[in-house]
Amino acid sequence: MSALLNSPAPQPDATSDADNITRIAGRFNLRSMGIYLVVLGMALCAALFVPGFATAGNIVNIFQRSVALGLVSIGQTFVIIGGSLDLSVATAISTIGVVSAIMMDNKTENMAVAVGAALLMGIAIGLVNGLIITRLKINAFIATLGTSLILQGILFSGFDNYAGKVPREFQSVAYGDLLGIPLGVYILMAVLIGAWVILRFTPFGYHLFAVGGNRETARLSGVRTDRVIILAHILSGLGAALAAIILIARLRSGGPRIGIGYDLDSIGAVVVGGSLLSGGRGSVFGTLAGVLVVSILANVFNFLNVSAFAQDVLRGVVLIVVVAVYSYRARR
Amino acid sequence: MSVIDTPYSAVEGSALAKARAAITRVPVIYAVLVVLLILIYWRTPAFFQMNSLVAFIRSAAPLIVVAIGQMFVLVSGEIDLSVGSLITVAAALAAKIIDSDSANIGTALLVVIVVAAGVALINAVVTTVFHVPSFATTLAMLLIAQGAISIVTNGAPQGGLTPEFRALGRNNFAETGIPNALLVTIAVVLGSLILLNFTTFGRRVYAVGGNAAAARLSGISVGRIKGACFLICSLCGALGSILLVGFSGMSSLNVGNGFEFQSISAAVLGGVALTGGRGSVFGATAGALALQLVFRLLNLLSLPLPFRLTVQGLIILGAVAVGSVRRSRS
Amino acid sequence: MRTQRLMSLLALVLVALLFTGSPQRSTNAQVATETPNPFLSMGDLNKQLGLLKDKPLGDEKTPWLQMFKTDQMVNTTSFKKAAPWTLCFSNASVSNNWRVSGFGVMNADVDALKKAGKVKDFIVTDAGEKADKQISDIDDLLTRNCDLIIISPTSTEQLTPAVEKAAASGKPVVVFDRGVNTTKYTTFIHPIGGYAFGNVGADFLVKQLNGKGNILALRILPGVDVLETRWLAAKQIFDANKDIKVVGVEFDDNDPAKTKSIVTDYIQRVGQIDGVWMDAGEASVAVYEAFVDAGAKVPPITSEDVNGWLKIWNDKKLNSIAPTYPSFQWRTAIAAAEMILDGEPVPKEWILPQPSVTNDNVKDYVQKDLPDTYYVFSSGSTISGYLDSLRKK
Repeated sequence: MSALLNSPAPQPDATSDADNITRIAGRFNLRSMGIYLVVLGMALCAALFVPGFATAGNIVNIFQRSVALGLVSIGQTFVIIGGSLDLSVATAISTIGVVSAIMMDNKTENMAVAVGAALLMGIAIGLVNGLIITRLKINAFIATLGTSLILQGILFSGFDNYAGKVPREFQSVAYGDLLGIPLGVYILMAVLIGAWVILRFTPFGYHLFAVGGNRETARLSGVRTDRVIILAHILSGLGAALAAIILIARLRSGGPRIGIGYDLDSIGAVVVGGSLLSGGRGSVFGTLAGVLVVSILANVFNFLNVSAFAQDVLRGVVLIVVVAVYSYRARR
Repeated sequence: MSVIDTPYSAVEGSALAKARAAITRVPVIYAVLVVLLILIYWRTPAFFQMNSLVAFIRSAAPLIVVAIGQMFVLVSGEIDLSVGSLITVAAALAAKIIDSDSANIGTALLVVIVVAAGVALINAVVTTVFHVPSFATTLAMLLIAQGAISIVTNGAPQGGLTPEFRALGRNNFAETGIPNALLVTIAVVLGSLILLNFTTFGRRVYAVGGNAAAARLSGISVGRIKGACFLICSLCGALGSILLVGFSGMSSLNVGNGFEFQSISAAVLGGVALTGGRGSVFGATAGALALQLVFRLLNLLSLPLPFRLTVQGLIILGAVAVGSVRRSRS
Repeated sequence: MRTQRLMSLLALVLVALLFTGSPQRSTNAQVATETPNPFLSMGDLNKQLGLLKDKPLGDEKTPWLQMFKTDQMVNTTSFKKAAPWTLCFSNASVSNNWRVSGFGVMNADVDALKKAGKVKDFIVTDAGEKADKQISDIDDLLTRNCDLIIISPTSTEQLTPAVEKAAASGKPVVVFDRGVNTTKYTTFIHPIGGYAFGNVGADFLVKQLNGKGNILALRILPGVDVLETRWLAAKQIFDANKDIKVVGVEFDDNDPAKTKSIVTDYIQRVGQIDGVWMDAGEASVAVYEAFVDAGAKVPPITSEDVNGWLKIWNDKKLNSIAPTYPSFQWRTAIAAAEMILDGEPVPKEWILPQPSVTNDNVKDYVQKDLPDTYYVFSSGSTISGYLDSLRKK
């Protein structure tokens, strides 16, 4: 954790267009490429050795599995690049899901309002997280742990039943498809590209990498670090909100536990995707690859009838091995 | 810290100013503890009767011990998320080996220590040799340990613990009326105090946590120091596990759940910095006590569940916030 | 600077408490609520209480094959298929001891069928209690060559579309444990239900207390349908007896350490606790120990058919009752699968009996040399060699 203060990442200095282009091209670095090779390698091995894996239906299933985790992990990528962390996403998803599903109340006319409310809640939660971290000067780990408890309190306080009622029309968000590809996947891709654009082409994006690399240096060179961190957390909150929307569409209802596990799972996906936990380096495409690794593993484990317990062990081993390889290559 | 923030009163010499400065240096956690104790007394004076205090110390001892172990790792600049799973592993292995026969306690303890050391070794090697961030390493170990013990026990704890094994967590020492758990806690606190404040090792832990690069340049073996801290944390986890199942028995493989977050919260409440290089044994102890007292106070106030959760979150945030405000002023 | 931070902190505290406090609809019994609880269905409650008094068809010695009389039988001749079969099972999880016990006997039955040459493959997916994952798991199973799909849903409403999808694939679908909001499955297996469970424990306590006394209610979690029904049935009984005072309804997360602390605090605060109602059994031993360690008299405690409690109950001659949500239903799922694929008719809704362990028969059910986490109503004792295999572990 002392590495948080000690390791500078390459500082972006936006000067000419040529510089910008080389920098952007350079960002498409070996890390992202590396994890995609791993994903392709896994898929290839599975296709060869696991009968039934390489069918259109199964590939679609794998992407379907990845939508919710992908959305929240993209949000998590922003905060991790900024040198922060968001442990509140799990409870945020549950709370936002429950509120949104209850608002829908099986009425199609409520759907838009409920979705809007979900996004607003995501923004609000992210804002609160960001403010606690920057104004109250609390470390992100503890801050988001604290807001997670408060969110649980809010979750258990206001509602008699947690299911709400999602109208059938809304479920098409999860179950409908266009050209054979589920709508959720299109949403994921759209968010992915949007996130990539934000990171690569906006001042916020440059500043986020700077702040994550070395917050003091960034501050001294004029970056408003507080705003950057707050915005990153707002994006994480939005990621959680989008994941909640997809989940309640798929599940047809909310529930107090629908978000469980998404906190550590999203951090795991981001880390496997090549982003540095200490901040300053990362890519949303890498995160998507990290999510695909998790989904392919889950899918293959089902085929191979691997016990639930062994799956935990293997996921842990994969996490260590992948991150060890990254760290080893970074040191060479 | 800029000059502007330095209170002028510290520059002046008045007694009042000196008193203010001294109070500022007292970590906020002690104030929190006092407030909690007052609130509990106001609500249920019976809490301070001997047998009630004894029950309390038995329930709080596991977290205190684990928080102190976590403190070592945090001060050295790392983090240990695997300690919760280790608690489950230690308890389940002990139950399986003892198998309701106290003759096996020795073997069980040996196996538990070896396994704890093994987990610490993996944590240390992967973090220091392969340079994987300890967050990721110990997160992975959390999964691996939980999965492994589930495989070994096939999902449900086997065997059984005997009253002799549980004596450490549940009973008193001989006829003295002093709970074993209290003695163990005092021993751990004293031992850690000495280790951290009066040995070269302790100085080095602070040095490594404060600035690992500088520490390495001055000849300290950073890897060994961090490894030792992981070992201390895992051993504290194993000890905490023995105290925990002593106190309440073991009924499922969820027994250690959440201890990693609780121990980290306790340490941070007590003034340990997540960035490393700062922290104290008394602080971690006070943090753990505070968390336990909050839980009990909320029981005694009989607040509805949602309020309890929110209040816990607010207390953690509040105490840490006030602590960091003060730090930036001193 | 400093005042700004402290003001922000204060603002946070106020906002958080505001959101937590309103609307004031806590599930704590101390806060009276006028709005009807959406988990409560009086119709279901009465139906279950009626079944408690009925006698099921079939042999008591094979309770997992018993069923309450029903007119709705399903003709399964269209599903008849020559052995050996491939059975597929989408499991909610093995994340608690009850499920582990049930999964254990289920596997033992499948192994017996494998030896008899009737089953060639048993494909199992585990959703880790995540509804979203289970939906994906079922999607995965539908791409395999299953002859029949068994589903134990993580959640009722959320798994309904997946069950419908599985049924639409043309394969027979067996649902057990928790139900779903559709009838497109082939058969739905479950014991009488949560209302009956909660009722048995509450009824016992009220009788033991002669209608007067302090009762502490311990629950695992709020918001879980199968647990809410248990509490609601108990609450009906407690509300109807005006001299019964429920001194607290606490959530213990099924964690023995937490439970012990909560009970200890209540003993201090309230003094006299005459009975403890619990919606599950694994923390009962911790409740007992809390009383013993506090030097207080151990009151009647309700529990479940978990072996650890039976051991103490039997040893210390405690006063207790253990209603069950019997895990032998996991075996019924396999029995039903066999019947369906053999073309024999099965009931549309297969309701199993819900026996209880009482002060009189606990000595017959306790298994002294088996782990504490074994659920005795998994009926493992009737599978030859099964209990020995548990002992060897």
